[in-house]
Amino acid sequence: MLKMVVCIKQVPMVSELPWDPATGTLQRDLAEGMMNPACRSALDAALRIKETEGGEITAITMGPPMAEEVLREAIALGADRGVLLTDRKMAGADTSVTSHTLARAIEKACPGFDLVLCGFSTSDSETAQVGPQLAEELDIPGVAYVDEIEVSEGAVRMRRISDHFLETLEMDLPGIVTVTAGLYAPRHVPLGGLQAAFAAANIVSLDAAAVGLDPEWIGAKGSATKIRNVYSPTAGKKNIVLTGAPKRIVEQLFERFDDKIGGAIGKDLKTDKNSK
Amino acid sequence: MIAKKRGIWVFGDYRNYFQNRVTLQLLSRAKDLATKIDAEVCAVVFGHQVDEWVGEYIAHGAEKIYLTDHPQLAVYSMETYTLLMERLARQEKPEIILVGATAFGREFAPRVAKRLGTGLTADCIGLDIDKEGLLLQMAPSFGGNLVAEIVTPERRPQMATVRPGTFQEIPHDYIRTGEVVKVPLPEHLPVDRVRLVRLERCPQREQKLEDARVVVCGGRGLGSKKKFAKLFELAELLGGEVGATRPVVYADWAEHEALVGQAGKPIRPQILFSFGISGAIQHTAACNDAKFIIAVNKNPNAAMMKRADVAIMADASQICNALIQELKRRIR
Repeated sequence: MLKMVVCIKQVPMVSELPWDPATGTLQRDLAEGMMNPACRSALDAALRIKETEGGEITAITMGPPMAEEVLREAIALGADRGVLLTDRKMAGADTSVTSHTLARAIEKACPGFDLVLCGFSTSDSETAQVGPQLAEELDIPGVAYVDEIEVSEGAVRMRRISDHFLETLEMDLPGIVTVTAGLYAPRHVPLGGLQAAFAAANIVSLDAAAVGLDPEWIGAKGSATKIRNVYSPTAGKKNIVLTGAPKRIVEQLFERFDDKIGGAIGKDLKTDKNSK
Repeated sequence: MIAKKRGIWVFGDYRNYFQNRVTLQLLSRAKDLATKIDAEVCAVVFGHQVDEWVGEYIAHGAEKIYLTDHPQLAVYSMETYTLLMERLARQEKPEIILVGATAFGREFAPRVAKRLGTGLTADCIGLDIDKEGLLLQMAPSFGGNLVAEIVTPERRPQMATVRPGTFQEIPHDYIRTGEVVKVPLPEHLPVDRVRLVRLERCPQREQKLEDARVVVCGGRGLGSKKKFAKLFELAELLGGEVGATRPVVYADWAEHEALVGQAGKPIRPQILFSFGISGAIQHTAACNDAKFIIAVNKNPNAAMMKRADVAIMADASQICNALIQELKRRIR
């Protein structure tokens, strides 16, 4: 039986976040969590493979205890079980440490896996590094940014567009694939699945000790990169602020910048003031 | 004997050389960094019959080229290139490795960093050297509202990827000379476990958005797909192109082709109209070359409003409609 692992991440629903008017930044602590869109595509790819080839899907996530929500969502969509990696000591991990933690957990919770699927990138940190680094950690063949995937007889065939080339690639299993967002349409959670996910969900929770991780090589402590400073990039530009009724604003805009706008579009935008 | 200089390496990503100048842009930045830590700028090139690119890299500022030229390397191969870079870096111990964030580079760099047990910062929008001589890696953070300065204090090399268009290349100068160090292909090179079945070149698409003199860009603040669609009418009046932010593309108000940002296209219009866009760094980094920005947003503190030359505090959709009316009146 084909054993598939889908790595998913809960990300803040940034688009819904309120602004902090004092600082002009997003109030992240008010974030609602959601499943990262590309991770949904990865799960969808796994579900499609399961439909045609059969198999079993384990969804795995690393995060705070509330990340269990995305595992329940994955189970509602058709995953068979969930693994929650949660431990305060895992917090603040860079991508290298994250991939180390995930790899050891996958080996622990899903020995003998055939195919690992990940989203190519997450919407909160957008590094796209964890997938390729997982391939290194697990020492299995891997391909990133895959648009189409087909599994048959112990091998995977993939297509992707990479730097203006359309590549068709193949590898034997076990292997790992990161999929792009968007090519698989998101599914709606079926009502029955939702009941199942909350009634008798098969979710196990693991901490660093249960996975057998070296405390020196997890979380912020094990990370090679350190954040030195954080700043807002928009300080100090002087600009013109227009406000009021839309019609009046637009008139002001053309009164002051008709030359500039007209110059850019190659048209005369001046009006004869008396012809109104 | 003179002590060996520290190296700042740039991965020579020559595939699509004419469309993608990121290697040259990184060589230029590496040259600036090298003066601050007294290092030499090196390009690392793997391939077959690549003398042309070696010459280009020297003309654009590389002082030394590490070159592995072999028929087996004629096509880009992830596992092989990763192995070659790992071996070379273990041997030569560069201080810094910079990789262009092409599709290949974005997969290659994390693998190399993993093997070397070092850190890697993705999509840096700036690179500098701090007081202690560490590479300051400036990267978008917290959903793109802030810039984080990241360092790799202990492990080496310090590694970063950079999107094309972030830095300016220096003009080529064929009088420049450089040393070419030939690195032989290791014996018993393992076969790449990923097999290339077919490789087809995609047709070159037109770069309409990238080259447009006027760009009308819309974000979630426009409110709906229907209101976003009015941008096309405005763009047509202005003879410009329509761009979009990531949330808008995700919401299917616009095609992925219209995405302006680090993951999409960089733009450099004479005038950029920005409607209902908060201004995440992943988006604004691609607008750095816009000459004049007119931003519309209800929130005066939105990053895009602060960057704009003219900030209009109002409903984006209403201003879009008013602009259409006014332009129709003025264009005769």
